[in-house]
This record gives sequence, C-alpha cells and structure tokens, in this order.
Amino acid sequence: MKIVVLVKHVPDAQFDRHITGPGNTTDRDESILSELDEYALEAALQLAEERGGAKAGNEVIALSMGPSGAVNAVKKSLQIGAYSGVHLSDDALAGSDAAATSLALAATIRHLSADRRPVDLVLTGMASTDGETSLIPAQLAERLSLPQLTFASTLEVNGGTVVARRDAGSHSETVEAQLPALVSVTDQINEPRYPNFKGILAAKKKKIASLSLADIGVDPSEVGQSGSWTVVESAAARPPRTAGTIITDEGDAGIKLVDFLAAQKLL
Amino acid sequence: MANALVFIDNPGAALKKSSLELLTLARKLGETAVAFNGELTEHVAATLGAYGVATIYQPSVADLDDYLVAPKAAYLAAAVVASGVTAVLIENSPEGKEIAGRLGIKLNAGVITDVVGLEADGTAHKSVLAGSYNTTAKATTPVAVFSVKANIVEPEPAGAATAPATAKVEVPADAAANAARISSRTEKPASGRPDLSEARIVVAGGRGVDGDFGPLEELADALGAAVGASRAATDAGWIGHDAQVGQTGVTVSPQLYISAGISGAIQQKAGMQTSKVIVAINKDAESPVFEIADFGIIGDLFKVVPQATAEIKKRKG
Ligand SMILES: Cc1cc2nc3c(=O)[nH]c(=O)nc-3n(C[C@H](O)[C@H](O)[C@H](O)COP(=O)(O)OP(=O)(O)OC[C@H]3O[C@@H](n4cnc5c(N)ncnc54)[C@H](O)[C@@H]3O)c2cc1C
Repeated sequence: MKIVVLVKHVPDAQFDRHITGPGNTTDRDESILSELDEYALEAALQLAEERGGAKAGNEVIALSMGPSGAVNAVKKSLQIGAYSGVHLSDDALAGSDAAATSLALAATIRHLSADRRPVDLVLTGMASTDGETSLIPAQLAERLSLPQLTFASTLEVNGGTVVARRDAGSHSETVEAQLPALVSVTDQINEPRYPNFKGILAAKKKKIASLSLADIGVDPSEVGQSGSWTVVESAAARPPRTAGTIITDEGDAGIKLVDFLAAQKLL
Repeated sequence: MANALVFIDNPGAALKKSSLELLTLARKLGETAVAFNGELTEHVAATLGAYGVATIYQPSVADLDDYLVAPKAAYLAAAVVASGVTAVLIENSPEGKEIAGRLGIKLNAGVITDVVGLEADGTAHKSVLAGSYNTTAKATTPVAVFSVKANIVEPEPAGAATAPATAKVEVPADAAANAARISSRTEKPASGRPDLSEARIVVAGGRGVDGDFGPLEELADALGAAVGASRAATDAGWIGHDAQVGQTGVTVSPQLYISAGISGAIQQKAGMQTSKVIVAINKDAESPVFEIADFGIIGDLFKVVPQATAEIKKRKG
C-alpha cells in the first residue's frame, strides 16, 4: 500500500500563541509536529507493518506543506517511523487559506501518484491544533474526488475496502469505501509510538523530497493570499482570563458556591 | 431572490434550537431560503414559515443519508444554484463543517467555520487559538459559506410569518459516486439532559470523580445542566466519549461551566475557556484550572458538590 500522511508544523499549544503580520497569520517560531497528526502516522505505520512493511513494497510518506521550518515536522515523522518524506515549500504559499492549501496538497498528491504508482490512502489528523477547522480533509477529498472517512476511531483495510467507525454525539456509525480514499483519525484510534534511538539514527538516512510549486504544476496565483477565498481582516488578543475569588473549603463551600451562583443570577 | 440559504438536515418532529438560531441569523443577510433534507412535517413547515422562510428546497433523491457528507454537499451546491443565494449557513458540527468544506470547493466559495457572530455585510467573527484571539474574517468570493456555532443568538421568529413555497432540487446523478457509505448506525441512549454543545450550564468531572459521576449528575439535574468530562474520565470509561470537553472533544461556551476534579490541562481549557462564568472545585490549590476560574474552591468535590446540590434544591423549594 502507498500511504501519504499529512503532517503539519504548528505552534506548540503549551505556550502562548500569537497572530502577527499584515495577513494576520499565526506566528510559527515555536512550532512542533501537530500532536493530532501523530495518530494518523501511527495508523499508517500499523497498516504498512501488517502488510510486511517496506520490504513488501509498502510506503508511508509524510507530507508537510509550509515554510522552511516545516521540514522539522517531516523529520520528526521520519524519526517516528515514516519511510520517506516530502516537504512542499514555496514563498507564494504564505497566507494560504484552507481552499488554497487543499489545492496545493491535492496537486502534490497527484504528483506523488504520477511518479511511480498511485497513492492508495491519504491519512490526516482530525484537525490541526492551530487552525482547528477540520476543513482540509474534506476539501482535499473533494479536489481529488476521493471518498472521505473522517473522525475514524477505528480503521481497517480489507482488500480494496476501507472500513472505519465514527462516534458522533448522538450515534455511532460504521462507514466504508473503496480505495483510494482519504481518512482522518481521532485521538481514540491508537497510542502513537515515540521515536527511539534506533528510529532517530535511521531517520538520518531517509529521503526528504523538497518540492516547489513549479514541481507540482501549480501557478503561484492559485495559492497564497491571491488564491485564498477568505481573508482575516482583524485579529485581537483576548484579554487572558484572570483568576477570580478562590476560597478553601471550611465545611460550607457548597453553600458559598450557591451564594455565588445566585449573585451571578445563574440559578 | 433569497440571499441566504440555511441547511437543515433531518430535524425529525421539531426544529432544533441551533436551526432556529441559524434562521434568525440568516434574516440579517436578507430573504431566507432553506435547503431541507429528511421528512418535512407540517409542524416543521409551519415553524419555517414563522421564521420568515421564503422557499423550502428539497432533494430529488431520498438516499442522501446513506452516505457521508459528499452527496449532501452536492445537493447543497445544486440548491445554491437554484436559489441564487450569496450566503450559506450550516451548523458547526463536525459533519456540518465537512459539508461546508466540500461545498466551498464545488462553488469556488470561501468557507468560514466556527462563526460566533455574523454581520449583514458578511463579516464573520471567530474565536481562534483555543479562545485566545478574536478575529473577523470575510469571504472574497461571490458566494460565502459559514458554519455557525450554537448559542450565539436567541432564536426569534420573524415579524411577519410567511407561507413558504416548496421546490425540488435535482441532485446530480453522480453525487454519491465518490462517497463513503454508512453501513450501520446505532443511536446512543438519550440521557434526558440538554445537549452538551448547546447547554446553558455544563457540570464537568475529571479524574477526581474517581469513577463516580453520581454527585455531578445530581448537581447537573438540579441546575438543568449537561454533564461533561475531561479526557481522563472518558478514557477511564466512567462516562461516554461523547461527554468529553476539549480540543479533541466538544467545545462548549455556556453561561456557566462547573469543573470538578479536573486539573485544567491546555487541551481541556481549549474546549471551555470561552464559558461566561467558570467555577472550579479541586483539592489541589496548584491546579491550573484556578488560573481561569471566576470562583474557585479548594476542596473535596465529594463534600462540596452534594452540599451545593442540597442547597440549590432547598432554595428552589
Ligand atoms: C492530543 C491530545 C488531546 C487531548 N484532548 C483532550 C480533550 O479534548 N479534553 C480533555 O479534557 N483532555 C484532553 N487531553 C488530555 C489532557 O492533556 C489531560 O490529560 C486531561 O485533561 C486530564 O484530565 P483531568 O484533569 O481529569 O485529570 P488530572 O490531570 O489527573 O486531574 C485530576 C484533578 O482532580 C483533582 N482531584 C482529585 N480528587 C479530587 C477530589 N476528591 N475533589 C476535588 N478534586 C480532586 C486533582 O487535584 C487533579 O487536579 C488531550 C491530550 C492530548 C495529548
């Protein structure tokens, strides 16, 4: 199987994150591999390993689009176990919204399908931990005319059929489609592995292909701010929540809580 | 000609509050049409009239529900063309956002998700980066697609009721060609409590409840609240995964969020820190949840919560 896993380089949510510059984009200085993409990578590695791994001709390609630093998300993916990596980078991509991003990613996946053999499965996390729109999986699937199986909490591939379970608020469902397909996975699907010493050494020998827009046949005007269909007009940091009253229970905190709720007209 | 199209998917016997909110918001943009899916009961049709809907579109095929999102997006795209609208409003559920995403590609339309406010000129307000920034965004395309969060407006019928016309929309023959099929579906038992994403009050428990959500459920019932949970509690199997609040669970924005036995990790905060009022009950004074609580109690939830429940019952009589 040939599997492409989308991996995004995002600001670390453990620290304060900032929106800067004329395009109101997220500051990416302190960035890491988006945590939620690790579940997709693990799912891909498991599928490939069940089928005999690289020796049996399986491929797990980690693909990241983004400025030079984004190659770190690819490197980390290789350390975790991805077989090879692709970094799509071009100045013209800066400021791309979901529609423009999905256009560039779709062209990259077509490019990766054209070179040798077609991609069977595109795997993504359920959302990025910065934008959190969950739009990319759906928009990429639409552009590639692929069935999408999103928010998968289980995943199986039997022959040419992919089967997943999803849990929505009020119901749970099983969904299936023929390959090639796109699947986004939740954090319920598995326990992602950590890179170990062997993995870190092995990663140094793995290939990362650097692609530009010219390589994938995309005109610069189709991406970036000119190719985007939305603009962020303003961004203002919300004043951080400040701590309010803190009391220590002296046997009557439940009553004091109700007094507080009554004063706030919340009863 | 209608200016805004609201997608209403399978409401059943009555419209959900979130659908009424979309209809209320849509009127700001001009005349409203509805793209409807499922059985249109007389009662629902009357409510749509009360909310000033001019036209109700229905799909030419009945099997949209057998597939994941793609055919619904194809239907909606056809409905946009039929109605000539410039704005589409969809609920901000995971499925709603995906339909919005696919629809955007089909129509070359900008998509704005997680909308918490919408102005007549199409300017959308959002809260991003786990609630740390407020932004405004706009689509630069002739048609704009918005997925709108629940609870951002009060539902309000139109000044004058309408008698909506109905019209069929031809769903493209290949709409399901590249769609995943839903092979089975099981409904979860209803709790009788308000829906977590729409509730005015949420009572949430974490690892600190140590397997027993009973006291929190009693407090929730006394307050008419929904019950939420941290991932530690759902992972432990003490409560269903659909109760999880946070980055990978439900995002809530209620009037009141009561957090009990939850430490307040960043992924949990991401799902609740836009709540109007936050109350935290935790044994550990160092818990990060106290940094964002309007009212914090350092104490044992098994003492504080039942006492509060009893006091509320007493005052409510
Ligand atoms: C990719 C990813 C996604 C995640 N998504 C989410 C998410 O969506 N939602 C989420 O919640 N978490 C999420 N997490 C997990 C998150 O990081 C925390 O691990 C989790 O929120 C901790 O849950 P907790 O606060 O209940 O448990 P703990 O951190 O163990 O805290 C339990 C708290 O209970 C207190 N306590 C114990 N006993 C009592 C008592 N009797 N009375 C009062 N207080 C008591 C303790 O002092 C402690 O503060 C995610 C993590 C990752 C890596």
